[in-house]
Amino acid sequence: MIRVALPAHLRTLARVDGEVTLDVAGQATQCSVLDALEARYPMLCGTIRDQQTRKRRAFIRFFACEQDLSHEQPDAPLPEAVVAGAEPYLIVGAMAGG
Amino acid sequence: MSGVRVLVGTRKGAFVLTSDGKREKWDVSGPHFAGWEIYHLKGSPADAGRLYASQCSGWFGQVIQRSDDGGVTWEPVGNEFSYQGEPGTHQWYDGTPHPWEFARVWHLEPSLDDPDTVYAGVEDAGLFRSTDGGRHWQELPGLRGHKSGPSWQPGAGGMCLHTIILDPSRPGRIFAAISAAGAFRSDDAGETWRPVNRGLRSEGIPDSDAEVGHCVHNLAMHPSRPSVLYMQKHWDVMRSDDAGESWREVSGDLPTDFGFPIDVHAHEPETVYVVPITSDSHHFPPEGRLRVYRSRTGGDEWEPLTNGLPQEHCYVNVLRDAMAVDSLDSCGIYFGTTGGQVYASADSGDSWEPIVRDLPAVLSVEVQTLSGLGR
Repeated sequence: MIRVALPAHLRTLARVDGEVTLDVAGQATQCSVLDALEARYPMLCGTIRDQQTRKRRAFIRFFACEQDLSHEQPDAPLPEAVVAGAEPYLIVGAMAGG
Repeated sequence: MSGVRVLVGTRKGAFVLTSDGKREKWDVSGPHFAGWEIYHLKGSPADAGRLYASQCSGWFGQVIQRSDDGGVTWEPVGNEFSYQGEPGTHQWYDGTPHPWEFARVWHLEPSLDDPDTVYAGVEDAGLFRSTDGGRHWQELPGLRGHKSGPSWQPGAGGMCLHTIILDPSRPGRIFAAISAAGAFRSDDAGETWRPVNRGLRSEGIPDSDAEVGHCVHNLAMHPSRPSVLYMQKHWDVMRSDDAGESWREVSGDLPTDFGFPIDVHAHEPETVYVVPITSDSHHFPPEGRLRVYRSRTGGDEWEPLTNGLPQEHCYVNVLRDAMAVDSLDSCGIYFGTTGGQVYASADSGDSWEPIVRDLPAVLSVEVQTLSGLGR
C-alpha cells in the first residue's frame, strides 16, 4: 500500500481528504504510482505530468523520505519506506508566489 | 419569473451572481475552484443549466469544469488539448520561430443549439471543439494551419484565441479573433479559414494594413444582424457591415480608442458599448474616471455613462471578456474590473450599481437571461 500526499488544490479537484492510498502492481516506481493515481482519479490527468510526454509539470515536485525525487528516473524503484507504507510519497506544488 | 445569472471568472476562482428580473438584490455564490484562475465560464444557449468553465493554474495546468445545474455542482471533464499533426512554429516575441505550445483555454463558446457541443479558444492560438460535453477535444486545425500561421506573433498577454462568435443565421459561419494575428472567418464550420482584416490599420507592425498581424482585442455581433460586426482593436474601434470583408473606424469622439471589451445592446443593434482605456502603456481609464461609452448610432458618436461609476482615483482595467449584456426588456449591461468590482446597469447603461466590490481581479463576465425556474 503506497501512501500519496497531494497538494491542497489537487485534493479538492479529486475530492479527497488527507492522504490517498494506492495498490501498485509490480515494482513501485514514481511512474507506476502516478499511473495508479491517475487511473483512480482521472481528473488529475494533466495536472501533475503532461498527458502526452508524461513529464513532470514544471512547478510540481516529488519528495519522499526527506529526499527530492523530482529529478530521478521515473522508472527507478521508490524508497523501501514508501513501498512499505511507512513514509508517504509527497506530490508538492513548488513554492512560488501568487 | 425571469432572472439573470452573471458568471464571473477571476484570478482566484469563479463566482455566480443571481438576481430576479429587477436586478436589485443579488445572491453571490463562490468562490468556486478557489485559488485557481478562471479565465472564462459561459452557459449554453440551448440549456441554461449547462455551464462550462476554464480553470487553470501555473502549477497544475488546465482543467475544464462542467455544470449541469446552473453552477450549483461541477464536474471536471476532459482537459487534453493536443494540436493536430506536427505543431509547427509561430513567431516568438524576438522574431524567432517558436513551437506551438498549449498554455490555457481563454474562451469557451457553447454551441447555439447543442449543449454538448462547445468550442475552446486557446493559447497558443488554436480552436478546439468538443461534441461530448467537454469530455474530449479535437482541434479544428484549418485555422492554425492557415498559411499565415507561421508569421503570427503573441501580444503582450500571449498568443491567444480569445473571441469566438457563432453566426445564428448561417450555420457553419464562425468568427475568431487572435492577439496578435487578427480576425478570421470560417464559412464551413471551422474546416477552412481566411483573415478578415481589410481596413484595419495598426502602427505597431511593419505593414500597417497587412492581411494579418493586428492585435484585435474583441469582437461583438448582434444576433439579428450578423453581418454587422464591431471590433475593439488594440487602438481603434471598428465596424464591418459585410461580415468582416471590410472594416471602417468608428472611434469618432471617444476620448481614447484604446480598450479591451466591446458589446452590443440586446434589443438595439446600433447601440454599442466600450470602455476606453488611456493607452497601451496606461491600462486604466483616462483621468482616473471610470466611464463606459455608449453609441446609439453604431459608432462615431459616443456618450459617456458615469452615473454610479467612480469618477475619481479609479485606476482599474476592464479586460476583453469582462463585459456582457442580458436580454431582459430593459437591457442589462455588466462588466467586471481588475479591481474586483462587478458593475451592473438594469437600464442600458444610464445608471450603475456594483453587485460586488472586492472580488479578485475579474477576467471574464458572462450573463444568462433566465425564464421560468431559471435552472
